[in-house]
Amino acid sequence: MTMEAIRYEDGSISYPGHPRGPGGAEPAETIDLSEYTAEVVTWTTSTATPPGVREPNTMAIVEFDVEGESVRALGQVTTDDVETGDEVQPVHVDELREPGAGIREPDSQDWDGYRFEPV
Amino acid sequence: MERVAIIGASMTQFGQREDEWILDLLAEAGLECLEDAGVDAADVEHLYVSNMASGEFEGQTGVPNALAHDIDAVPAYTQRVDQTSSSGGAGIYAAWQSVASGASDMTLLVGGEKMTHRTTGEATDVIASLTHPAEYKHGVTLPSFAGLTARHYLEKFDAPRESLAKVAVKNHRNGVDNPNAQFRKEIDEETALESPIVADPLRLYDFCPITDGSAALMLCPESVAEEYADEYVVVSGIDGATDTHVVHEREDPTVMGGVVESGKGAYEMSGRDPEDVDVAELHDMFTILEFLQMEGLGFAEQGEAWKLVEDGYTERDGELPINTSGGLKSKGHPLGASGVAQGVEIYEQLMGEAGPRQVDADVGLCCNVGGFGNCVITTIMEAAQ
Repeated sequence: MTMEAIRYEDGSISYPGHPRGPGGAEPAETIDLSEYTAEVVTWTTSTATPPGVREPNTMAIVEFDVEGESVRALGQVTTDDVETGDEVQPVHVDELREPGAGIREPDSQDWDGYRFEPV
Repeated sequence: MERVAIIGASMTQFGQREDEWILDLLAEAGLECLEDAGVDAADVEHLYVSNMASGEFEGQTGVPNALAHDIDAVPAYTQRVDQTSSSGGAGIYAAWQSVASGASDMTLLVGGEKMTHRTTGEATDVIASLTHPAEYKHGVTLPSFAGLTARHYLEKFDAPRESLAKVAVKNHRNGVDNPNAQFRKEIDEETALESPIVADPLRLYDFCPITDGSAALMLCPESVAEEYADEYVVVSGIDGATDTHVVHEREDPTVMGGVVESGKGAYEMSGRDPEDVDVAELHDMFTILEFLQMEGLGFAEQGEAWKLVEDGYTERDGELPINTSGGLKSKGHPLGASGVAQGVEIYEQLMGEAGPRQVDADVGLCCNVGGFGNCVITTIMEAAQ
């Protein structure tokens, strides 16, 4: 299991990856963000969640520093006790929400991924 | 290039329309707009329908053709315009393009959505389906993007939580005077601040409701408008732009690039600047969005919109009245209709037809936001005669 980000030819990194990066840069390599820790930029606890999603659902936007290049990710948090500036680490979860409970076709995407756990 | 005029406008009652479905709502606004403009359906050359998700909500697709038949506008060319929550603004752009290009001399735009038969969770999921798979699997919703952004804004700019409640209070107060608004009820700041948490730090009154409704505008070349009316409105500037699909990839979460870019384009086309705007309808799907659009459109410096709201600058009797219609917050947000209804409010303000909501205005602006700033249309309209 990896939390796969893409580094582009211009050195920038995005999560998730795209076929082209900034300025049309092509993907150069993958980076596993699960090997890094990140800092919470902002967070929310959502109490009105869609079908198949845990309730409440605390999520955060976090920022990784990969050898001086920053990259952000959004994801669920393992606890409701989180603050801006907290250091977190990615923890793999087999199923982030129930596939098929919502409108999206279950086979169209992956449902496992990483929650952020305060270090 | 000849200017594009608006010669008629209409909107249905917004709210929970139990016995009406998407085709009923579209026909109601469409017929009313034809009557308001004094145009025969047979003279409509292009018919655009702004709608995000009638297939997903109701299992009814092909709505533009259905509407053309229902209002007897066949054989008008029809097209559905989907740009999620900004479908209405995108519809104004499509209708403007159809006239400005010379392809149509009479274009009817009808926006509508039927949503309230779905549970809040289901409706939220239909809307959240616009997100990237990497976001969707975490259960992200548009309200949760608002919570994430609001916290960042309040912390970054040291803005008081109460300033967001003031947006809700203002827009509810404005909605009292809009007979078609979903909520015609004043609220006080305390009620907003103590309402249930939806996406911390945002609470129930920071969010627009789920709504059924429809709205319409009639567009034509200015030379044709003169045959129908002595007074009308012209679209003097319009532009659309996008921002990243993946919301967290934006460099500054408090800047909506699509608002900035579409605003620039609309100002440039119209030759106007923010100081020229007398009244504005902004996409207050969430209270925080009113701040972000005020800043993106140049009405306030970054991080300072909340101060203008605190000072009463955006009240109906303030220097720049914002959301005199009640906004999405109080008027309601039937996705595809909302951007069109913004245009209806600005049209009525510029024509002097806004009744108790009337402000002194010659230049008006609408900003319609899709996704969480993913797609944005900014339109500038001016009174003409």
